[in-house]
Amino acid sequence: MGRYTIPMLTRRTLIASALAAPAAAQVDLGFADNGLRPTTRGFPQKGEMILQRSTPPLLETPLSVFDEADFTPNDRFYVRWHYPFPLEVDPARHRLRITGHVTKPRTLSLDALARLPRVEIAAVNQCAGNGRGLFAPRMAGAQWGNGAMGNALWEGVRLKDVLALAGIKPGAVAVRASGLDAPVVNSAPDYAKSLPIDHALSDDVLIAWGMNGQPLPLLNGFPLRLVVPGWYSTYWVKMLDQIEVLDRPDDGFWMAKAYLQPANSLADVDPASPAGQRVPVTTMRPRALVTNIASGARLPARPVTPVQGVALGGDHGVAMVELSADGGTSWVPAQLGPDHGRYAFRRFRGALALPPGKHSILARATNANGVTQPLRQNWNPSGYNRAGVEAVAVEIA
Amino acid sequence: MRVLLAMAALALVAAAPPARPLAVTLPDAEGLLPERYGVSADAANNNCLACHSAAMITAQPRLTRVQWGETIAKMRTVYGAPIDPADDKAILDWLVAD
Repeated sequence: MGRYTIPMLTRRTLIASALAAPAAAQVDLGFADNGLRPTTRGFPQKGEMILQRSTPPLLETPLSVFDEADFTPNDRFYVRWHYPFPLEVDPARHRLRITGHVTKPRTLSLDALARLPRVEIAAVNQCAGNGRGLFAPRMAGAQWGNGAMGNALWEGVRLKDVLALAGIKPGAVAVRASGLDAPVVNSAPDYAKSLPIDHALSDDVLIAWGMNGQPLPLLNGFPLRLVVPGWYSTYWVKMLDQIEVLDRPDDGFWMAKAYLQPANSLADVDPASPAGQRVPVTTMRPRALVTNIASGARLPARPVTPVQGVALGGDHGVAMVELSADGGTSWVPAQLGPDHGRYAFRRFRGALALPPGKHSILARATNANGVTQPLRQNWNPSGYNRAGVEAVAVEIA
Repeated sequence: MRVLLAMAALALVAAAPPARPLAVTLPDAEGLLPERYGVSADAANNNCLACHSAAMITAQPRLTRVQWGETIAKMRTVYGAPIDPADDKAILDWLVAD
């Protein structure tokens, strides 16, 4: 498979590295081409991150971070912005406006939000394009490895309680959210995403100000962000300052033209065929990722080789993680770690008896809805919804 | 059962919203795109880096001239990038000079 080839040191990759702001180190994301990236400690409220782009920031979490804890530390949590955003925010002055198809439009302070019942939920936030750089054939876009995700305990209030303050009129069909970020060019479409009204009114969707017991880092959406457990991060609008209730489907660019995937559950099409009908990306799929062995590693021979990692179930909990070293002919179950709820990371650990030589370790997640990762990797032109089993190449010395 | 688990994950908490202002600074961007094999990066630097830093381009996989052309068209039509059509050829020449 392409991802095992050693990336050639092209002129371009050397340039990319040399250009980067103070590099702490360099990592190989395992792409077929151009997968070397510098790491950086130069971003505010962040520790060492993989630098994908400085402006607007795209910072990736090294997979090894997921090996250390169930919850991803705020200072290692990935960062993804489409547009520039304010670098100074005063939460005392921040206002959340509720407008549109409501009986009482509202302008709410954080103090006003805090008077609503407070809730917390553990949930994985994952970019729809997580793992894009690993697809074959490749496609343009943010060239993420698998670190455009993280698990946190989100704290705030329910979106439905906030909407109730404004009074939703009959006939509402969607709820659109947008934040303080704004494009450089005025004619570019402001970033805004919509949830169907029924989903916006479900118990699990939050407006959060807290992340793992601390305020959101600025790069993760300080002072407020939407939390949509089980759905891709494109809906988790950061620096949230506006909620608009719509009485018609959202025909804005970011719903009608962007973040679309082929209209099948795996978002899977043949690269040689037309993509066909497309629909917005929504729910995540189950995934398991090995975090204690980097692909391409050489390990000493042992009676059994420990394999551990992290799994998500998508919109249902993780029910099972299995390991294989024979291409998926036989599987052994891994032991699951603590359960923090259906939307959270579930860590796993197991072992494989690997004799000296080269092996390909597979880890496969199944969720509580009975959805299992396919062995063959899905593919679509935008590189969304990567859902297949990831292989980790290892050589036992 | 799943419903119960989901409800259990939603617990009442006490953490108050933040009250203190937060101000940060971002590090410098990656700088200018360099010449490639004698092909000037001037057109790419002049047209591309106002909205995103150089790594957005240098991190991409090997794309064809047609694919890069589609990207330029998207930047122009969707994101309103004021790319001078007269610069397209020079931008493309540099993008594929790898």
